[in-house]
Amino acid sequence: MRETFIQLSYLIASVLFILGLRSLTRPDKARVGMQMAAVGMLFAIAGTLLNHTIVDYRWIAGGLVIGVVIGYPMGMWVPMTAMPQRIALSLTFSALAATLVGIAEYYTDITSVGTLSHGKMAALNFEIMLGAITVGGTIVAAGKLQEWITSKPVTFTGQNFVNALVFLGIAGLFVYTIVDPTQRWAFYTMIGSSVIFGVMLVMPIGGADMPVVVALLNSYSGLASCATGFAIGNVILIISGSLDGASGFILSILMSKAMNRSFTNVLFGAFGSQTTAIAGRTAEGLSVRSIGVEDAAIQLAYAQLVIVIPGYGMAVAQAQHAVRELAEMIEARGGEVKFAVHPVAGRMPGHMNVLLAEANVPYDKLFDMDEVNGDFDRADVALVIGANDVVNPAARTDPASPIYGMPILNADRAKSVIVLKRGMSAGFAGIENELFYDKRTSMLFGDAKASLTGLIAEMKNV
Amino acid sequence: MQILELYVFVLAAFVGYMVISKVPALLHTPLMAATNAISGISLVGSLIAAGAAHNRVSTVLGFVAVICATSNIVGGFLITDRMLRMFRSGKGVGRKE
Repeated sequence: MRETFIQLSYLIASVLFILGLRSLTRPDKARVGMQMAAVGMLFAIAGTLLNHTIVDYRWIAGGLVIGVVIGYPMGMWVPMTAMPQRIALSLTFSALAATLVGIAEYYTDITSVGTLSHGKMAALNFEIMLGAITVGGTIVAAGKLQEWITSKPVTFTGQNFVNALVFLGIAGLFVYTIVDPTQRWAFYTMIGSSVIFGVMLVMPIGGADMPVVVALLNSYSGLASCATGFAIGNVILIISGSLDGASGFILSILMSKAMNRSFTNVLFGAFGSQTTAIAGRTAEGLSVRSIGVEDAAIQLAYAQLVIVIPGYGMAVAQAQHAVRELAEMIEARGGEVKFAVHPVAGRMPGHMNVLLAEANVPYDKLFDMDEVNGDFDRADVALVIGANDVVNPAARTDPASPIYGMPILNADRAKSVIVLKRGMSAGFAGIENELFYDKRTSMLFGDAKASLTGLIAEMKNV
Repeated sequence: MQILELYVFVLAAFVGYMVISKVPALLHTPLMAATNAISGISLVGSLIAAGAAHNRVSTVLGFVAVICATSNIVGGFLITDRMLRMFRSGKGVGRKE
């Protein structure tokens, strides 16, 4: 009877999770859907607490209380700009939980029964290896996103060789512990090496490649909880884990496609370091045209269609509110404003959309690359704010360029282009952007937020 | 390991793939936050480890796992809700300010 109730609560939870994720296809339905998913979670927890193996509720109660105390500020007070590192950190938590449960399960069986079945050991190994790699990787990712660790790629000679050795070692221990689960040293060494491997995997990856990495680690952590489900024979863990894994998998594929790079290239290519040497055309002999806020304001004031292209620079300058205000002024004068969001703009999938939504930009003005690229031909102004590589025409025209083949926003097809930028430094990929030297392009140098505030003030006088 | 669990895994992965590939890029960040919250389901395993009183080691490991999983659930669902509240269409209701 009790077991039936537990299984029913898991069934309800699974259905509500799936419906919750499905609701995310519609922005207007998503909120209610996810609230239902939260209710599903309560069912799952309530069901689990009835489990007859639980005899002592004191540690559970303590853990739940501390968890709420940590979780509440992480949910309510973390600013939207810190979202990438917050997501990375919560991936650490979920992977750590899976890893610790796996170790506890192993320890209990090895001390009480003396050994484990090969099948269970295989599941535990998957759980713990993926979990430990994710823990190591996400801590570094969070550190890089928060800029505690340099967001530049950290590389050394023979790096891929060392990584391959460590991975082979892990694979060896993985098989060895399945064959002979009583070898505790091998089991614990595997955990330690997996954490180190996770760290070494993410260290050489640069800031702009983070969307792929975060998505990939998301799918690892999902698979780790899936494996937990196999190890302890729990269906809800398998279902939720595979939903999580599928989500991470899909996102990492989308992100890789948007950069025209393969997984392996992102993970082992150490993009920023090698490209400086082979960067295509250089800027020598080309000149840029600088523009003041007055002239830029006039251009924007009389434009029929302005397409705004936000990039990571907008997030750094915290300029999203100023962008919205400028957009409203253009609209008040009869112009139309669209926002063109490149899939890898920012540091995580959908980063720009969240920032602009927070600044009260209605979501029907936010457009995906494919939706908006055809509109650039009739745009009077393309306003590039802190974006670089995603508007670099070299991706279309220069086969020697490292970003050749990457789908870009067609800013260069607009009648004129205004670029808000701090200085002439190259983008993340370390390559020159021809767009900045185009005769239709004007550069408005300075901090994006200050420039936008200046534009807003000038617009009032036009 | 039973074959039944493999069934569940494969079918759930299919459902996940089909549902999630329809999520628009607009909501990719909320999607990540939402799957983070749902990944807090590892609390299920953590609760059992923390409460089964097998031995001190597994109780303590379970306890830490309960903390991690709970903070993901609470933080994850709250932040997903906070984000989704911000997405509004241009038609209809005006801005909240």
